Amino acid sequence: MTNRNHRKFEEVCRILEKNGNDPARLIPVLQQVQEVYRYLPEEIMSFVATSLNISPAKVFGVATFFSHFTLKPKGKYIIRVCDGTACHVKTSTGILDALYKKLSLSEKINTTPDMLFTIETVSCLGACGLAPAVVINERVYGQMTPEKTSEVLDGIIKTEEKQKEAVNA
Amino acid sequence: MKTANTLTIDGLKITIEGEKNLLEVIRKAHIDIPTFCYHSELSIYGACRLCMVDVSGRGVVPSCSTPPEAGMEIQTSTGQIRSLRKMIIELLLANHEQSCTTCQKNTSCKLQELANRFGVTKVRFKKAAAARPLDNSSPSITRDPNKCILCGDCVRMCREEQSVGAIDFAFRGSNVTVAPSFGKGLSEVECVNCGQCARVCPTGALTPKSDVAETWKALEDKSKYVIVQIAPAVRVAIGEHFGLEPGTIATGQAVAALKRLGFKKVFDTSFTADLTIMEEGTEFLKRLEKKEKLPIFTSCCPGWVKFAEQYYPELNDNLSSCRSPQQMFGSLAKELLPEKYGIKKEDLVIVSVMPCTAKKYEAAQEKFAVNGIKDIDIVLTTQEFARMIEEAGLQFNSLTPESFDLPFGFKTGAGIIFGNSGGVSEAVLRFVNEKVCGKKNTGNYDFLQVRGLEGIKETSISTPAGTLKLAVASGLKNARTLVESMKRKEVHYDIVEIMACPGGCIGGAGQPVYYKPEVKEKRAKGLYDNDKMLELHSSQDNPYIKELYKDNFGEAGSRKAHRFLHTHYASCKRTHSGEISILKGNSVNKLEVTVCFGTSCFLKGSQSILKGLVDHIKLSGLEDKVEVKATFCFEKCNSGPNARIGRKLLEKCTIGLAVETLMDEIKILKECASV
Amino acid sequence: MPETLSLKEIGLGYSRLKNGIKARVVVCAGTGCVANGSLEVFDALKKSLEQNGLDVVLELKKEENGTLLSKSGCQGFCQMGPLVTIFPQGVLYTKVKPADAEEIVTATIKANKLVERLVYSNPSTGERTAILSEIPFYKKQHRYVLKSCGVIDPEDINEYIADNGYSSAENAAFNMSPEVICRDISASGLRGRGGAGFLTGRKWDMARIQKSAKKYIVCNGDEGDPGAFMDRSVMEGNPHSVIEGMIIAGLATGADEGIVYVRTEYPLAVKRMRKAVADAFALNILGSNIFASDKSFNISVMEGAGAFVCGEETALLASVQGERGMPAPKPPFPAQSGLWEKPTVINNVETLATVPLILRHGTAEYRKMGTEKTPGTKTFALTGHVANTGLIEVPFGTTLRHLLNEVAGGVTGEDGSVSLEAFKAVQIGGPSGACLTRDHLDLPLDFDSLKSIGAMVGSGGLVVMNTCTCMVAISRFFMQFTQNESCGKCVPCREGTKQMLNLLDDILEGRADDTTLPLLEELAVAVQRGSLCGLGKSAPNPVLSTLKYFRQEYTAHIKEHRCPSGSCKAFIQYSIDPALCKGCMLCAKKCPSGAITGELKKPHKINTAACTKCGICVASCKFKAIKGAA
Repeated sequence: MTNRNHRKFEEVCRILEKNGNDPARLIPVLQQVQEVYRYLPEEIMSFVATSLNISPAKVFGVATFFSHFTLKPKGKYIIRVCDGTACHVKTSTGILDALYKKLSLSEKINTTPDMLFTIETVSCLGACGLAPAVVINERVYGQMTPEKTSEVLDGIIKTEEKQKEAVNA
Repeated sequence: MKTANTLTIDGLKITIEGEKNLLEVIRKAHIDIPTFCYHSELSIYGACRLCMVDVSGRGVVPSCSTPPEAGMEIQTSTGQIRSLRKMIIELLLANHEQSCTTCQKNTSCKLQELANRFGVTKVRFKKAAAARPLDNSSPSITRDPNKCILCGDCVRMCREEQSVGAIDFAFRGSNVTVAPSFGKGLSEVECVNCGQCARVCPTGALTPKSDVAETWKALEDKSKYVIVQIAPAVRVAIGEHFGLEPGTIATGQAVAALKRLGFKKVFDTSFTADLTIMEEGTEFLKRLEKKEKLPIFTSCCPGWVKFAEQYYPELNDNLSSCRSPQQMFGSLAKELLPEKYGIKKEDLVIVSVMPCTAKKYEAAQEKFAVNGIKDIDIVLTTQEFARMIEEAGLQFNSLTPESFDLPFGFKTGAGIIFGNSGGVSEAVLRFVNEKVCGKKNTGNYDFLQVRGLEGIKETSISTPAGTLKLAVASGLKNARTLVESMKRKEVHYDIVEIMACPGGCIGGAGQPVYYKPEVKEKRAKGLYDNDKMLELHSSQDNPYIKELYKDNFGEAGSRKAHRFLHTHYASCKRTHSGEISILKGNSVNKLEVTVCFGTSCFLKGSQSILKGLVDHIKLSGLEDKVEVKATFCFEKCNSGPNARIGRKLLEKCTIGLAVETLMDEIKILKECASV
Repeated sequence: MPETLSLKEIGLGYSRLKNGIKARVVVCAGTGCVANGSLEVFDALKKSLEQNGLDVVLELKKEENGTLLSKSGCQGFCQMGPLVTIFPQGVLYTKVKPADAEEIVTATIKANKLVERLVYSNPSTGERTAILSEIPFYKKQHRYVLKSCGVIDPEDINEYIADNGYSSAENAAFNMSPEVICRDISASGLRGRGGAGFLTGRKWDMARIQKSAKKYIVCNGDEGDPGAFMDRSVMEGNPHSVIEGMIIAGLATGADEGIVYVRTEYPLAVKRMRKAVADAFALNILGSNIFASDKSFNISVMEGAGAFVCGEETALLASVQGERGMPAPKPPFPAQSGLWEKPTVINNVETLATVPLILRHGTAEYRKMGTEKTPGTKTFALTGHVANTGLIEVPFGTTLRHLLNEVAGGVTGEDGSVSLEAFKAVQIGGPSGACLTRDHLDLPLDFDSLKSIGAMVGSGGLVVMNTCTCMVAISRFFMQFTQNESCGKCVPCREGTKQMLNLLDDILEGRADDTTLPLLEELAVAVQRGSLCGLGKSAPNPVLSTLKYFRQEYTAHIKEHRCPSGSCKAFIQYSIDPALCKGCMLCAKKCPSGAITGELKKPHKINTAACTKCGICVASCKFKAIKGAA
């Protein structure tokens, strides 16, 4: 446990080195840092600004411009509901509403308190042939319905509970 | 016949004379193209879309980013274009906090002006954005995001002209806002308080912080004795607010107005500017003699001083230790005047009228207070002063001119030209020329090489002690360029004058709002004319300065003079970000270790120190007993890399020293625990 | 030093290795099929082949006998995935499950028999077609750029080379001057596939004539139009064709550095492009002295970070430089001053993938496809209410009718029926595009004819909508999208799209009045005219085109508070048909707002004041007793 912070920080240092502390590499650096922390902590962004010799306001500006970056920690499972045109005309909003309801979340509060799930929308995953599509972490689920999505979530919740029991035992 | 280099604007033939864009050519044709985001000194941004014109064959294009070409036929005000402009203004107004009557920028707001000009009488759209909180954290600048039209002038000013980048765009689309990093307040980031952002802000989104109410309160408090000092640059700009030409010397009216407002005494900051020259000149000669801490950098500009403390902590020793004229005045007045006027020190209130927003920050600094009593109580900008005059109903232009009070109201021309970039240098030259070369400054006392509005100027004079080289920079980007080339040893100077605002104090952010570039030039000329009008031109000739030394300080640079007129500098952290946790340390009784990861320490190798420490901690199995964090700046950059281990602050830290200290501290911790 | 084998040797070598191969099984591993479990199918096939004692070859490294089992990029027929194709027969199996693997191996591969239940059946006619090239979806297309996609193994550079890959680039490096390349591409009439259809050859020429020691080629793979995935498919299915196009662009302009900018939402495309670049470097197809010539070309791959506006050239360049992706005014054009202020050519993926083909087959051959002013083919992502969704390619000038009837297999109605009757409109070109209606069914699809009616090819998304779609709601959907994706720089786009969205919401939620439509139109024109970049300029297109063709739907919403397609929540009134209601109480139990009351076995009632119009009751009723009407 104690080592995790250090490993992460060392990883950040490595990332900066690998990118030659080049300010033009800000976006790849932030992407890689986000892979380490799963979000962009403020103090790490300050550190990135220092190392790339750019102003923290610029780092903040870039980090808040691109939707891929997140300044808040996200859940273990990131559910991305595609709301591209193809999915939209095939009623992706119904899936989204059902998900919000099931997890008691909303557009504003989109991560469950237990940090298990985060719900996001994404404008087109390019899986239009499978519309409506939902992606949970890396896995794409095509031709979804609110019911099917709910089943998938139940499956995840069950697995997580089992794991927890196993740890406790 | 069509000549090679002409184009047609609204039927008029205009010659292209090297203009980079259509907008400049159109302005030359005396057509006022509306724009929010075009500033000749800043990069082309092209976002406000007001400067759109019709170029035949091409349609509606933005004139700011279209290069002029011979033969172009341009129409600047077709029905189509007018309705586009009107729509843009209407859209902006829909998303703008419409509290015009109570806004600081009322009547000088560009949005208001253009809405009026294009006859936008109704906003048909819904107000869209929810109110955003005001940023009042800075002593110098108030930021009101609800009035921001996102033209980006401030962002580009801060980044391009000042090379600070304290504010930038954040978020996207309709959520875009201009903000300091991580949504912090301006006072928590690297803002140097120069206020140039506010100077170019077309609306009331960035304004000099107002201290008018506090001033009225002091003036109305019968138990207080309120006096005022007024900076040189104010007198050549205040008149603009009342319709006078820029550069009009309105000293007499300004003094009269201040008296009418209820100030008991009105003094001139130019007096302490003279005093500054005595101290700084002497300091320079001493350094020159000892060949140390050269070049000397001027320190009268608080924007520049904070900039240096943040980005060039290694220059702390090179900065002149002299306080700025404002602070010299405060210290002097608070020391001498209570006795003179038979009042208690705490009842003396000193107000400054300055062209500057950073002066507010300067006056608020802890180091400029004695036993909790501030040397300067309130700083007003020229704008605020004008507002007070208006509030009091004084007809500025008709006031009978009055004179400053003595003794701090008497100055030489050297103290006056302080308001221009190059002015301090010229005043120093007049001092050095006499002291070193023994030349009395009669007849020709002008040093024209350091005059003018260029960003970087230089000159040299030959003295018996050798040639002295002098550089002058205004605008912090120019300052950075200059310092960097000095650091690379490409250039060498003995004296460097730096002013944060382009053109010096006359271009300060507290001055009346202006949109035309020639205004600064006229103000500068006003100050040089004022110098000519005065009887004396060298600080060392000021009889009241001589008297001050005789009665109080002995000689320039004396111990007592140092106590009252000099100060010290410390490196200053750029950002107030939290710490990065490296090792948590689970035990209750753990040793805290913090390694500085501020820029300066980072460059000096704090990363390897951290790595060495952590490796050692792991190797010795101490992970539970030590908490390790990386932090941003102990404000001791000169002695970096810095680390704090337990109670010990390690300067110029090495891995060996860090590990050794760590083991010592662990041992002590163990001993304590066993007791 | 990389081994410098000539392309010919590599190609011959690969063919030699392939000699012994008796059968080939290609599993589609495009994003769509992977989502449907094609990787599991692949594993199952591998296992079955092995268990049946067949030699399985996964990678052609040495000469082997057996069955070559490989993964391909997207084959386009995503909806029918996972897709498995078996050669030499050319049989396509659709919707294959891992459990089907054993039968495929024993029946088709070993005994040359069809597995009937996996054969494609036409949803409207019920006709069954086993051979891939005979299936109408494929037969009615003209796959040119996509020809190799879905056949070759995208991760095997040798197979690309064996298919004549990189021969155009090699030829260009040795035998063609920059002027000649630009001339040929200009002569081919190739137009940029990213949006406005600028002539590629002219764009290259503009960069070519710039005097600069450094120039860049940027491949724009930031395909962000919702409903479009052509570029993704090309990058996933045939990444080397993109690289070859970039090398040729470099040779044509004098650029020696290329950047492939891929949307971060396309992890597989990123992975395949990266691998392809690395493989090309290893064979000295990229790097210094490529093909042992005196020319150099390097490529790096950069992932976008999630901003639609970065599809715009100048915004893309800003983000490559580590800045916020905000567009800059043009001029200067990137070809004059782009990345790091150096001349930069930015081409779309599909454009670049077309380039090697043009040089290989000659411009005359290329011009045989498509129309006079828009030669060649165009890929489209066909989605929405059609029987066959997927990725298709047809010559420019093909009519919408052909696409819908022949390729797409018809329009699906709300009840699942397939016919052209259900067709209402098709949105072409995504949020920057416009809608085409019944009136345009016979319009030839190309840049100019689309432009003449205020539409655009855009990147090529075709979203088909049936009669149950509310056009006002659709234009609001696009407005919401552009509003979300506006970078926020210029006033017309930032403020204008927001206010347009407000006005559309007023219309959809019953707050609009007589002033709403005129104001919406006035604003739309201002946004179109005043915005800085293409995103803003084209943002009002969906609104303007639906206003043009479906104005009556707008007025119905405004004046009658009615949604003609019956889909707008604000105007729906739910009611229970007492004749059909059995009083099962299920709807009352499910209603989240307690708006339904009634006793057991007696007809229920909806209290319209309390109803939030969520529609849950309609879905829960087994007797279809609850109806919504607008």
